[in-house]
Amino acid sequence: MVAKISIHHLTFRYNDTVALRDVTLDIPANEITVIFGPSHAGKSTLLRCLNRLNDLIENEETEMTGQILLDGQDIYGPTVDVTELRRRVGMVFALPIPLPLTIYENVVYGLRMQGESRKELLDARVEQSLRQAALWDEVKDRLYEPAMRLSGGQQQRLCLARILALEPEVILLDNPTSGLDPLSTAKVESSLAELKAHYTIVMVPHSVQQAARIADLAVFLLNGQLVEMGSAEQIFTRPRDRRTEDYITGRFG
Amino acid sequence: MSRQKSQRIAFAILTILAVIVVVPIVLVVAYIVVQGIGAINWEFLTTFPHHGMKEGGILPAIVGTVVLTFGTAIVSIPIAVGAAIYLAEYARDTWLTRAIRLAIINLAGIPSVVYGLFGLGLFVLSLRLGTSIVAGSLTLGLMTLPVVISTAEEALLAVPQRFRVVSRSLGATRWQTVRQLVLPNALPGILTGIILGLERAAGETAPILFTAAAFYLPQLPRSPLDQTMALPYHLYVISTQVPGMPLQVQYGTALVLLILVLSMNVVATMIRSRFRRRRQW
Ligand SMILES: Nc1ncnc2c1ncn2[C@@H]1O[C@H](COP(=O)(O)OP(=O)(O)OP(=O)(O)O)[C@@H](O)[C@H]1O
Ligand SMILES: [Mg+2]
Repeated sequence: MVAKISIHHLTFRYNDTVALRDVTLDIPANEITVIFGPSHAGKSTLLRCLNRLNDLIENEETEMTGQILLDGQDIYGPTVDVTELRRRVGMVFALPIPLPLTIYENVVYGLRMQGESRKELLDARVEQSLRQAALWDEVKDRLYEPAMRLSGGQQQRLCLARILALEPEVILLDNPTSGLDPLSTAKVESSLAELKAHYTIVMVPHSVQQAARIADLAVFLLNGQLVEMGSAEQIFTRPRDRRTEDYITGRFG
Repeated sequence: MSRQKSQRIAFAILTILAVIVVVPIVLVVAYIVVQGIGAINWEFLTTFPHHGMKEGGILPAIVGTVVLTFGTAIVSIPIAVGAAIYLAEYARDTWLTRAIRLAIINLAGIPSVVYGLFGLGLFVLSLRLGTSIVAGSLTLGLMTLPVVISTAEEALLAVPQRFRVVSRSLGATRWQTVRQLVLPNALPGILTGIILGLERAAGETAPILFTAAAFYLPQLPRSPLDQTMALPYHLYVISTQVPGMPLQVQYGTALVLLILVLSMNVVATMIRSRFRRRRQW
Protein backbone atom coordinates (compact mmCIF):
# COMPACT_ATOMS: atom_id res chain seq x y z
CA MET A 1 0.00 0.00 0.00
CA VAL A 2 1.32 3.42 -1.01
CA ALA A 3 0.30 6.14 1.43
CA LYS A 4 -0.93 9.25 -0.32
CA ILE A 5 -1.25 11.03 3.01
CA SER A 6 0.60 10.13 6.21
CA ILE A 7 -0.51 11.61 9.47
CA HIS A 8 1.95 11.37 12.35
CA HIS A 9 1.06 12.08 15.97
CA LEU A 10 -1.43 14.80 15.07
CA THR A 11 -2.81 16.75 18.00
CA PHE A 12 -5.13 19.71 17.50
CA ARG A 13 -6.49 22.09 20.09
CA TYR A 14 -9.02 24.97 19.91
CA ASN A 15 -8.68 27.22 22.94
CA ASP A 16 -9.26 24.66 25.71
CA THR A 17 -10.77 21.91 23.59
CA VAL A 18 -8.44 19.19 22.43
CA ALA A 19 -10.16 18.01 19.25
CA LEU A 20 -7.54 15.48 18.12
CA ARG A 21 -5.13 13.52 20.30
CA ASP A 22 -2.04 11.93 18.86
CA VAL A 23 -3.65 10.59 15.71
CA THR A 24 -1.40 8.52 13.47
CA LEU A 25 -2.68 7.05 10.24
CA ASP A 26 -1.90 6.41 6.58
CA ILE A 27 -4.39 7.18 3.83
CA PRO A 28 -3.88 5.15 0.65
CA ALA A 29 -4.29 6.47 -2.87
CA ASN A 30 -7.21 5.40 -5.05
CA GLU A 31 -9.35 4.14 -2.23
CA ILE A 32 -12.15 5.54 -0.16
CA THR A 33 -11.10 6.08 3.42
CA VAL A 34 -14.00 6.67 5.74
CA ILE A 35 -13.53 8.48 9.04
CA PHE A 36 -16.46 7.79 11.30
CA GLY A 37 -17.39 8.25 14.91
CA PRO A 38 -19.85 10.06 17.14
CA SER A 39 -20.37 13.81 17.23
CA HIS A 40 -17.41 15.82 18.55
CA ALA A 41 -15.05 13.01 17.67
CA GLY A 42 -12.91 15.44 15.70
CA LYS A 43 -13.72 14.16 12.21
CA SER A 44 -14.24 17.58 10.64
CA THR A 45 -11.20 18.94 12.39
CA LEU A 46 -9.11 16.12 10.96
CA LEU A 47 -10.36 16.79 7.42
CA ARG A 48 -9.70 20.50 7.76
CA CYS A 49 -6.13 19.81 8.85
CA LEU A 50 -5.53 17.99 5.58
CA ASN A 51 -5.89 21.08 3.40
CA ARG A 52 -5.06 23.63 6.06
CA LEU A 53 -8.54 25.11 6.25
CA ASN A 54 -8.02 25.45 9.99
CA ASP A 55 -5.54 28.20 9.12
CA LEU A 56 -8.52 30.41 8.30
CA ILE A 57 -9.89 30.34 11.86
CA GLU A 58 -9.34 33.85 13.11
CA ASN A 59 -11.17 34.41 16.33
CA GLU A 60 -9.82 31.47 18.25
CA GLU A 61 -6.48 30.35 19.36
CA THR A 62 -5.57 27.05 17.75
CA GLU A 63 -2.55 24.83 18.09
CA MET A 64 -1.44 21.90 16.03
CA THR A 65 1.40 19.52 16.65
CA GLY A 66 2.48 16.51 14.66
CA GLN A 67 3.09 16.09 10.99
CA ILE A 68 1.01 15.58 7.84
CA LEU A 69 2.77 14.40 4.71
CA LEU A 70 1.26 14.55 1.23
CA ASP A 71 3.31 12.40 -1.15
CA GLY A 72 6.03 12.47 1.49
CA GLN A 73 6.09 16.26 1.82
CA ASP A 74 5.17 18.13 4.96
CA ILE A 75 2.11 20.23 4.08
CA TYR A 76 2.80 22.56 6.99
CA GLY A 77 6.38 23.10 5.86
CA PRO A 78 7.66 26.65 5.49
CA THR A 79 7.94 26.55 1.70
CA VAL A 80 4.45 25.17 1.04
CA ASP A 81 2.14 27.29 -1.09
CA VAL A 82 -1.18 26.91 0.73
CA THR A 83 -3.22 28.01 -2.26
CA GLU A 84 -1.57 25.32 -4.37
CA LEU A 85 -2.12 22.77 -1.60
CA ARG A 86 -5.85 23.53 -1.55
CA ARG A 87 -6.00 22.94 -5.29
CA ARG A 88 -4.45 19.52 -4.81
CA VAL A 89 -6.58 18.68 -1.79
CA GLY A 90 -10.16 19.76 -2.36
CA MET A 91 -12.95 19.90 0.22
CA VAL A 92 -16.70 19.41 -0.03
CA PHE A 93 -18.48 20.76 3.04
CA ALA A 94 -21.35 19.21 4.99
CA LEU A 95 -23.77 21.94 3.96
CA PRO A 96 -23.63 22.82 0.30
CA ILE A 97 -22.45 26.38 -0.11
CA PRO A 98 -22.84 27.48 -3.71
CA LEU A 99 -21.18 30.79 -4.41
CA PRO A 100 -23.61 33.55 -5.46
CA LEU A 101 -22.80 32.97 -9.12
CA THR A 102 -24.23 30.94 -11.98
CA ILE A 103 -23.96 27.16 -12.07
CA TYR A 104 -21.30 27.43 -14.76
CA GLU A 105 -19.28 30.02 -12.86
CA ASN A 106 -19.42 27.94 -9.69
CA VAL A 107 -17.88 24.99 -11.49
CA VAL A 108 -15.10 27.00 -13.11
CA TYR A 109 -14.40 29.25 -10.12
CA GLY A 110 -11.25 27.47 -9.00
CA LEU A 111 -9.93 27.23 -12.55
CA ARG A 112 -10.50 30.92 -13.16
CA MET A 113 -8.59 31.68 -9.98
CA GLN A 114 -5.68 29.75 -11.47
CA GLY A 115 -5.83 32.14 -14.40
CA GLU A 116 -7.49 29.74 -16.82
CA SER A 117 -9.70 31.58 -19.30
CA ARG A 118 -9.76 29.43 -22.43
CA LYS A 119 -13.43 28.97 -23.19
CA GLU A 120 -13.21 25.53 -24.79
CA LEU A 121 -11.23 24.17 -21.88
CA LEU A 122 -13.64 25.63 -19.32
CA ASP A 123 -16.68 24.37 -21.23
CA ALA A 124 -15.20 20.91 -21.49
CA ARG A 125 -14.28 20.85 -17.82
CA VAL A 126 -17.79 21.96 -16.80
CA GLU A 127 -19.40 19.11 -18.71
CA GLN A 128 -16.88 16.55 -17.53
CA SER A 129 -17.10 17.45 -13.84
CA LEU A 130 -20.88 17.79 -13.83
CA ARG A 131 -21.12 14.35 -15.39
CA GLN A 132 -18.77 12.92 -12.81
CA ALA A 133 -20.94 14.40 -10.09
CA ALA A 134 -24.08 12.92 -11.68
CA LEU A 135 -25.59 16.35 -12.21
CA TRP A 136 -25.09 17.06 -15.91
CA ASP A 137 -28.43 15.79 -17.16
CA GLU A 138 -30.34 17.86 -14.66
CA VAL A 139 -28.60 21.16 -15.29
CA LYS A 140 -27.23 21.08 -18.83
CA ASP A 141 -29.97 23.43 -20.05
CA ARG A 142 -29.68 25.91 -17.21
CA LEU A 143 -25.95 26.38 -16.74
CA TYR A 144 -26.30 30.15 -16.62
CA GLU A 145 -28.90 30.28 -13.89
CA PRO A 146 -27.94 31.22 -10.34
CA ALA A 147 -26.66 28.16 -8.49
CA MET A 148 -28.78 29.12 -5.48
CA ARG A 149 -31.88 28.01 -7.42
CA LEU A 150 -30.80 24.37 -7.36
CA SER A 151 -32.30 22.00 -4.83
CA GLY A 152 -30.21 21.08 -1.80
CA GLY A 153 -29.22 17.75 -3.32
CA GLN A 154 -28.27 19.36 -6.59
CA GLN A 155 -26.27 22.01 -4.77
CA GLN A 156 -24.34 19.31 -2.97
CA ARG A 157 -23.45 17.61 -6.24
CA LEU A 158 -22.54 21.01 -7.68
CA CYS A 159 -20.07 21.48 -4.84
CA LEU A 160 -18.58 18.10 -5.68
CA ALA A 161 -18.36 19.07 -9.35
CA ARG A 162 -16.70 22.32 -8.39
CA ILE A 163 -13.92 20.40 -6.68
CA LEU A 164 -13.63 17.84 -9.48
CA ALA A 165 -13.18 20.62 -12.02
CA LEU A 166 -9.87 21.41 -10.34
CA GLU A 167 -8.74 17.84 -10.90
CA PRO A 168 -7.38 17.57 -7.39
CA GLU A 169 -5.43 14.60 -6.14
CA VAL A 170 -7.33 14.22 -2.91
CA ILE A 171 -11.01 14.89 -2.27
CA LEU A 172 -12.17 15.52 1.28
CA LEU A 173 -15.89 15.08 1.85
CA ASP A 174 -17.42 16.11 5.15
CA ASN A 175 -20.78 14.39 5.35
CA PRO A 176 -21.60 15.19 1.74
CA THR A 177 -25.02 13.55 1.76
CA SER A 178 -26.34 15.09 4.96
CA GLY A 179 -29.22 16.94 3.31
CA LEU A 180 -29.89 14.54 0.47
CA ASP A 181 -32.81 12.25 -0.26
CA PRO A 182 -32.00 8.55 -0.74
CA LEU A 183 -31.96 8.82 -4.52
CA SER A 184 -29.45 11.70 -4.60
CA THR A 185 -27.42 9.95 -1.93
CA ALA A 186 -27.23 6.85 -4.09
CA LYS A 187 -26.11 8.97 -7.05
CA VAL A 188 -23.36 10.63 -5.06
CA GLU A 189 -22.21 7.32 -3.63
CA SER A 190 -22.02 5.68 -7.02
CA SER A 191 -20.09 8.58 -8.51
CA LEU A 192 -17.63 8.40 -5.61
CA ALA A 193 -17.16 4.71 -6.26
CA GLU A 194 -16.28 5.53 -9.86
CA LEU A 195 -14.07 8.46 -8.96
CA LYS A 196 -11.81 6.55 -6.64
CA ALA A 197 -9.96 5.10 -9.62
CA HIS A 198 -8.47 8.56 -10.16
CA TYR A 199 -8.51 10.17 -6.75
CA THR A 200 -7.75 9.65 -3.13
CA ILE A 201 -11.03 10.07 -1.29
CA VAL A 202 -11.39 10.79 2.41
CA MET A 203 -14.94 10.98 3.63
CA VAL A 204 -16.86 11.52 6.83
CA PRO A 205 -20.00 9.44 6.24
CA HIS A 206 -23.57 10.29 7.07
CA SER A 207 -24.11 7.04 8.95
CA VAL A 208 -22.46 3.77 9.82
CA GLN A 209 -24.54 2.15 7.08
CA GLN A 210 -23.17 4.53 4.53
CA ALA A 211 -19.66 3.95 5.81
CA ALA A 212 -20.10 0.22 5.41
CA ARG A 213 -21.53 0.62 1.90
CA ILE A 214 -18.80 2.77 0.51
CA ALA A 215 -15.57 2.39 2.49
CA ASP A 216 -12.45 0.53 1.50
CA LEU A 217 -10.67 1.57 4.65
CA ALA A 218 -12.41 2.63 7.84
CA VAL A 219 -11.10 4.72 10.71
CA PHE A 220 -13.01 4.96 13.98
CA LEU A 221 -12.49 8.17 15.96
CA LEU A 222 -13.77 8.76 19.47
CA ASN A 223 -13.20 11.90 21.51
CA GLY A 224 -10.31 12.92 19.33
CA GLN A 225 -8.56 9.56 19.53
CA LEU A 226 -8.10 6.99 16.87
CA VAL A 227 -9.61 3.84 18.34
CA GLU A 228 -9.24 1.46 15.48
CA MET A 229 -8.58 1.36 11.79
CA GLY A 230 -8.57 -1.34 9.17
CA SER A 231 -10.19 -2.62 6.04
CA ALA A 232 -13.89 -1.85 5.93
CA GLU A 233 -14.65 -5.52 5.76
CA GLN A 234 -12.81 -6.15 9.01
CA ILE A 235 -14.01 -3.07 10.92
CA PHE A 236 -17.67 -3.55 10.14
CA THR A 237 -17.81 -7.32 10.62
CA ARG A 238 -15.08 -8.15 13.11
CA PRO A 239 -14.16 -5.02 15.05
CA ARG A 240 -11.32 -5.62 17.48
CA ASP A 241 -12.11 -2.87 19.91
CA ARG A 242 -15.12 -3.05 22.16
CA ARG A 243 -15.90 0.64 21.66
CA THR A 244 -15.99 0.24 17.88
CA GLU A 245 -18.30 -2.69 18.20
CA ASP A 246 -20.62 -0.80 20.54
CA TYR A 247 -20.76 2.13 18.14
CA ILE A 248 -21.44 0.21 14.96
CA THR A 249 -24.04 -1.98 16.58
CA GLY A 250 -25.78 1.15 17.84
CA ARG A 251 -25.21 0.42 21.49
CA PHE A 252 -23.92 3.91 22.07
CA GLY A 253 -23.45 7.37 20.65
CA MET B 1 -52.84 44.80 30.76
CA SER B 2 -53.26 42.10 28.14
CA ARG B 3 -50.48 41.41 25.70
CA GLN B 4 -52.64 42.39 22.74
CA LYS B 5 -53.46 45.68 24.36
CA SER B 6 -49.87 46.63 25.17
CA GLN B 7 -48.93 45.56 21.68
CA ARG B 8 -51.54 47.94 20.24
CA ILE B 9 -50.39 50.79 22.46
CA ALA B 10 -46.76 50.30 21.52
CA PHE B 11 -47.70 50.23 17.88
CA ALA B 12 -49.71 53.45 18.22
CA ILE B 13 -46.88 55.26 19.99
CA LEU B 14 -44.36 54.17 17.37
CA THR B 15 -46.66 55.30 14.57
CA ILE B 16 -47.08 58.71 16.19
CA LEU B 17 -43.31 59.05 16.59
CA ALA B 18 -42.75 58.15 12.96
CA VAL B 19 -45.29 60.75 11.89
CA ILE B 20 -43.62 63.35 14.12
CA VAL B 21 -40.36 62.67 12.33
CA VAL B 22 -41.81 62.81 8.85
CA VAL B 23 -44.13 65.82 9.17
CA PRO B 24 -41.49 68.56 9.50
CA ILE B 25 -39.49 67.11 6.60
CA VAL B 26 -42.54 67.13 4.37
CA LEU B 27 -43.44 70.65 5.51
CA VAL B 28 -39.97 72.04 4.82
CA VAL B 29 -39.80 70.45 1.38
CA ALA B 30 -43.32 71.55 0.51
CA TYR B 31 -42.64 75.10 1.67
CA ILE B 32 -39.48 75.38 -0.42
CA VAL B 33 -41.20 73.92 -3.46
CA VAL B 34 -44.15 76.30 -3.17
CA GLN B 35 -41.97 79.35 -2.61
CA GLY B 36 -39.28 78.48 -5.14
CA ILE B 37 -40.98 76.77 -8.06
CA GLY B 38 -41.91 80.10 -9.63
CA ALA B 39 -38.28 81.10 -9.99
CA ILE B 40 -37.26 78.04 -11.90
CA ASN B 41 -37.17 78.20 -15.65
CA TRP B 42 -34.66 77.50 -18.40
CA GLU B 43 -33.01 80.90 -18.03
CA PHE B 44 -32.59 80.47 -14.28
CA LEU B 45 -30.70 77.23 -14.80
CA THR B 46 -28.53 78.30 -17.73
CA THR B 47 -27.41 81.89 -17.24
CA PHE B 48 -25.15 83.86 -14.95
CA PRO B 49 -26.54 86.08 -12.22
CA HIS B 50 -26.50 89.80 -12.95
CA HIS B 51 -27.63 93.09 -11.48
CA GLY B 52 -26.03 92.36 -8.13
CA MET B 53 -27.35 88.75 -8.33
CA LYS B 54 -30.92 89.96 -8.07
CA GLU B 55 -31.59 88.84 -11.61
CA GLY B 56 -30.43 86.17 -14.00
CA GLY B 57 -29.68 82.56 -13.19
CA ILE B 58 -27.46 80.38 -11.07
CA LEU B 59 -25.55 78.43 -13.71
CA PRO B 60 -22.05 78.94 -12.24
CA ALA B 61 -23.24 77.80 -8.82
CA ILE B 62 -24.79 74.64 -10.26
CA VAL B 63 -21.70 73.85 -12.30
CA GLY B 64 -19.48 74.57 -9.29
CA THR B 65 -21.38 72.20 -7.04
CA VAL B 66 -21.31 69.45 -9.64
CA VAL B 67 -17.57 69.94 -10.16
CA LEU B 68 -16.85 69.99 -6.42
CA THR B 69 -18.94 66.86 -5.89
CA PHE B 70 -17.01 65.16 -8.64
CA GLY B 71 -13.71 66.26 -7.10
CA THR B 72 -14.86 64.98 -3.73
CA ALA B 73 -15.64 61.62 -5.32
CA ILE B 74 -12.19 61.39 -6.89
CA VAL B 75 -10.52 62.18 -3.58
CA SER B 76 -12.60 60.09 -1.24
CA ILE B 77 -13.65 56.94 -3.15
CA PRO B 78 -10.25 55.29 -3.63
CA ILE B 79 -9.05 56.07 -0.13
CA ALA B 80 -12.30 55.15 1.58
CA VAL B 81 -12.88 51.92 -0.32
CA GLY B 82 -9.24 50.93 0.13
CA ALA B 83 -9.44 51.61 3.85
CA ALA B 84 -12.70 49.70 4.15
CA ILE B 85 -11.24 46.68 2.34
CA TYR B 86 -8.24 46.78 4.61
CA LEU B 87 -10.34 46.99 7.76
CA ALA B 88 -12.92 44.38 6.73
CA GLU B 89 -10.78 41.85 4.90
CA TYR B 90 -7.19 42.12 6.04
CA ALA B 91 -6.85 43.78 9.42
CA ARG B 92 -7.02 41.61 12.46
CA ASP B 93 -8.42 42.93 15.68
CA THR B 94 -5.39 44.72 17.11
CA TRP B 95 -4.87 47.93 19.04
CA LEU B 96 -3.97 49.61 15.76
CA THR B 97 -7.20 48.74 13.99
CA ARG B 98 -9.18 49.60 17.07
CA ALA B 99 -7.49 52.98 17.12
CA ILE B 100 -8.27 53.46 13.41
CA ARG B 101 -11.94 52.61 13.94
CA LEU B 102 -12.14 54.95 16.91
CA ALA B 103 -10.56 57.72 14.85
CA ILE B 104 -13.08 57.17 12.07
CA ILE B 105 -16.00 57.39 14.47
CA ASN B 106 -14.59 60.59 15.94
CA LEU B 107 -13.86 62.10 12.55
CA ALA B 108 -17.50 61.62 11.62
CA GLY B 109 -18.49 63.75 14.59
CA ILE B 110 -16.29 66.75 13.84
CA PRO B 111 -18.27 69.85 12.77
CA SER B 112 -17.86 70.70 9.12
CA VAL B 113 -16.52 74.18 9.85
CA VAL B 114 -13.54 72.56 11.55
CA TYR B 115 -12.82 70.68 8.33
CA GLY B 116 -13.06 74.03 6.57
CA LEU B 117 -10.44 75.59 8.84
CA PHE B 118 -8.24 72.53 8.56
CA GLY B 119 -8.49 72.69 4.76
CA LEU B 120 -7.61 76.35 4.85
CA GLY B 121 -4.53 75.66 6.93
CA LEU B 122 -3.29 72.58 5.12
CA PHE B 123 -4.42 72.73 1.50
CA VAL B 124 -4.92 76.43 0.84
CA LEU B 125 -1.99 77.84 2.80
CA SER B 126 0.63 75.19 3.56
CA LEU B 127 0.34 73.29 0.29
CA ARG B 128 -0.20 76.60 -1.56
CA LEU B 129 -3.19 75.32 -3.51
CA GLY B 130 -4.93 78.62 -2.90
CA THR B 131 -8.69 78.96 -2.76
CA SER B 132 -9.43 76.44 -5.46
CA ILE B 133 -11.52 73.54 -6.63
CA VAL B 134 -8.67 71.21 -5.67
CA ALA B 135 -8.44 72.54 -2.13
CA GLY B 136 -12.23 72.41 -1.75
CA SER B 137 -12.44 68.88 -3.11
CA LEU B 138 -9.69 67.69 -0.80
CA THR B 139 -11.42 69.25 2.18
CA LEU B 140 -14.82 67.84 1.25
CA GLY B 141 -13.22 64.49 0.44
CA LEU B 142 -11.63 64.33 3.86
CA MET B 143 -14.95 65.15 5.46
CA THR B 144 -16.78 62.37 3.63
CA LEU B 145 -14.17 59.69 4.35
CA PRO B 146 -15.60 58.47 7.68
CA VAL B 147 -19.13 57.87 6.47
CA VAL B 148 -17.98 56.18 3.28
CA ILE B 149 -15.46 54.00 5.11
CA SER B 150 -18.03 52.91 7.71
CA THR B 151 -20.77 52.08 5.21
CA ALA B 152 -18.35 50.35 2.85
CA GLU B 153 -16.89 48.28 5.68
CA GLU B 154 -20.38 47.29 6.76
CA ALA B 155 -21.27 46.30 3.20
CA LEU B 156 -18.16 44.13 2.96
CA LEU B 157 -18.81 42.46 6.31
CA ALA B 158 -22.39 41.73 5.24
CA VAL B 159 -21.08 39.29 2.62
CA PRO B 160 -21.31 35.95 4.47
CA GLN B 161 -18.07 34.53 5.79
CA ARG B 162 -18.87 31.09 4.37
CA PHE B 163 -18.36 32.39 0.82
CA ARG B 164 -14.85 33.47 1.72
CA VAL B 165 -14.04 30.06 3.20
CA VAL B 166 -15.36 28.29 0.09
CA SER B 167 -13.42 30.59 -2.18
CA ARG B 168 -10.21 30.00 -0.26
CA SER B 169 -10.85 26.27 -0.18
CA LEU B 170 -11.06 26.35 -3.99
CA GLY B 171 -7.54 27.72 -4.08
CA ALA B 172 -8.31 31.42 -4.42
CA THR B 173 -5.96 33.82 -2.66
CA ARG B 174 -7.26 36.36 -0.21
CA TRP B 175 -7.06 39.15 -2.75
CA GLN B 176 -8.78 37.07 -5.45
CA THR B 177 -11.55 36.33 -2.99
CA VAL B 178 -12.01 40.01 -2.25
CA ARG B 179 -11.81 41.02 -5.87
CA GLN B 180 -13.97 38.32 -7.45
CA LEU B 181 -16.48 37.55 -4.76
CA VAL B 182 -16.69 39.98 -1.87
CA LEU B 183 -16.38 43.28 -3.70
CA PRO B 184 -18.99 42.58 -6.41
CA ASN B 185 -21.47 41.47 -3.78
CA ALA B 186 -20.77 44.45 -1.55
CA LEU B 187 -20.76 46.97 -4.38
CA PRO B 188 -24.36 48.17 -4.05
CA GLY B 189 -23.86 48.84 -0.35
CA ILE B 190 -20.59 50.61 -1.04
CA LEU B 191 -22.21 52.73 -3.75
CA THR B 192 -24.99 53.69 -1.38
CA GLY B 193 -22.42 54.84 1.16
CA ILE B 194 -20.54 56.81 -1.45
CA ILE B 195 -23.68 58.58 -2.64
CA LEU B 196 -24.76 59.42 0.90
CA GLY B 197 -21.31 60.87 1.59
CA LEU B 198 -21.29 62.88 -1.63
CA GLU B 199 -24.79 64.09 -0.95
CA ARG B 200 -23.64 65.57 2.31
CA ALA B 201 -20.61 67.13 0.62
CA ALA B 202 -22.78 68.69 -2.07
CA GLY B 203 -24.90 70.48 0.51
CA GLU B 204 -22.16 71.76 2.81
CA THR B 205 -21.14 75.41 3.00
CA ALA B 206 -18.61 75.56 5.80
CA PRO B 207 -15.89 73.31 4.34
CA ILE B 208 -15.75 75.28 1.07
CA LEU B 209 -16.19 78.69 2.65
CA PHE B 210 -12.44 79.21 3.10
CA THR B 211 -11.15 76.70 0.59
CA ALA B 212 -12.98 76.95 -2.73
CA ALA B 213 -15.98 79.19 -2.86
CA ALA B 214 -16.21 82.54 -4.60
CA PHE B 215 -18.82 85.18 -3.96
CA TYR B 216 -19.26 85.92 -7.64
CA LEU B 217 -17.36 84.95 -10.77
CA PRO B 218 -18.11 86.27 -14.22
CA GLN B 219 -17.03 83.02 -15.88
CA LEU B 220 -16.98 79.30 -15.26
CA PRO B 221 -13.80 77.90 -13.69
CA ARG B 222 -11.23 76.83 -16.27
CA SER B 223 -8.79 74.80 -14.21
CA PRO B 224 -8.85 72.86 -10.96
CA LEU B 225 -6.83 75.64 -9.40
CA ASP B 226 -9.57 78.20 -10.03
CA GLN B 227 -12.10 79.27 -7.47
CA THR B 228 -15.69 78.36 -8.09
CA MET B 229 -19.15 79.37 -7.07
CA ALA B 230 -21.27 76.70 -5.40
CA LEU B 231 -24.95 76.31 -4.62
CA PRO B 232 -24.91 76.17 -0.83
CA TYR B 233 -22.52 79.10 -0.56
CA HIS B 234 -24.45 81.06 -3.17
CA LEU B 235 -27.60 80.45 -1.19
CA TYR B 236 -25.90 81.71 1.94
CA VAL B 237 -24.66 84.79 0.10
CA ILE B 238 -27.95 85.77 -1.47
CA SER B 239 -29.81 85.14 1.78
CA THR B 240 -27.56 87.16 4.04
CA GLN B 241 -25.27 89.45 2.05
CA VAL B 242 -27.47 90.92 -0.66
CA PRO B 243 -30.06 93.41 0.57
CA GLY B 244 -33.34 93.50 -1.31
CA MET B 245 -32.88 90.01 -2.76
CA PRO B 246 -36.18 88.66 -4.16
CA LEU B 247 -37.39 85.81 -1.93
CA GLN B 248 -38.37 83.75 -4.90
CA VAL B 249 -34.77 83.62 -6.16
CA GLN B 250 -33.56 82.47 -2.76
CA TYR B 251 -36.12 79.70 -2.57
CA GLY B 252 -35.53 78.82 -6.21
CA THR B 253 -31.84 78.32 -5.44
CA ALA B 254 -32.68 76.27 -2.39
CA LEU B 255 -35.03 74.16 -4.47
CA VAL B 256 -32.35 73.41 -7.06
CA LEU B 257 -29.95 72.31 -4.32
CA LEU B 258 -32.65 70.21 -2.74
CA ILE B 259 -33.50 68.52 -6.03
CA LEU B 260 -29.83 67.78 -6.67
CA VAL B 261 -29.35 66.19 -3.27
CA LEU B 262 -32.67 64.35 -3.23
CA SER B 263 -32.10 62.90 -6.66
CA MET B 264 -28.79 61.48 -5.44
CA ASN B 265 -30.73 60.00 -2.57
CA VAL B 266 -33.27 58.46 -4.92
CA VAL B 267 -30.48 56.87 -6.94
CA ALA B 268 -29.02 55.39 -3.75
CA THR B 269 -32.40 54.01 -2.74
CA MET B 270 -32.94 52.52 -6.17
CA ILE B 271 -29.58 50.78 -6.16
CA ARG B 272 -30.31 49.34 -2.76
CA SER B 273 -33.78 48.06 -3.49
CA ARG B 274 -32.80 46.62 -6.86
CA PHE B 275 -29.98 44.76 -5.19
CA ARG B 276 -32.22 43.47 -2.41
CA ARG B 277 -34.46 41.88 -4.97
CA ARG B 278 -31.57 40.27 -6.80
CA ARG B 279 -29.58 39.20 -3.77
CA GLN B 280 -29.18 35.48 -3.48
CA TRP B 281 -28.37 34.80 0.12
N1 LIG C 1 -14.00 26.46 15.25
C1 LIG C 1 -14.00 25.81 16.43
N2 LIG C 1 -13.73 26.49 17.57
C2 LIG C 1 -13.71 25.87 18.77
N3 LIG C 1 -13.91 24.57 18.95
C3 LIG C 1 -14.20 23.83 17.87
C4 LIG C 1 -14.27 24.41 16.55
N4 LIG C 1 -14.55 23.43 15.68
C5 LIG C 1 -14.68 22.30 16.40
N5 LIG C 1 -14.46 22.53 17.72
C6 LIG C 1 -14.48 21.52 18.80
O1 LIG C 1 -13.63 20.47 18.46
C7 LIG C 1 -14.23 19.23 18.76
C8 LIG C 1 -14.29 18.38 17.52
O2 LIG C 1 -15.17 18.96 16.60
P1 LIG C 1 -15.38 18.46 15.12
O3 LIG C 1 -16.24 19.44 14.43
O4 LIG C 1 -14.09 18.13 14.51
O5 LIG C 1 -16.21 17.12 15.40
P2 LIG C 1 -16.95 16.16 14.38
O6 LIG C 1 -16.45 14.81 14.66
O7 LIG C 1 -16.84 16.69 13.01
O8 LIG C 1 -18.45 16.27 14.89
P3 LIG C 1 -19.81 16.21 14.06
O9 LIG C 1 -20.07 14.76 13.77
O10 LIG C 1 -20.82 16.75 15.00
O11 LIG C 1 -19.63 17.04 12.84
C9 LIG C 1 -15.59 19.53 19.36
O12 LIG C 1 -15.49 19.44 20.75
C10 LIG C 1 -15.87 20.94 18.93
O13 LIG C 1 -16.60 21.61 19.92
MG1 LIG D 1 -18.25 17.56 11.63
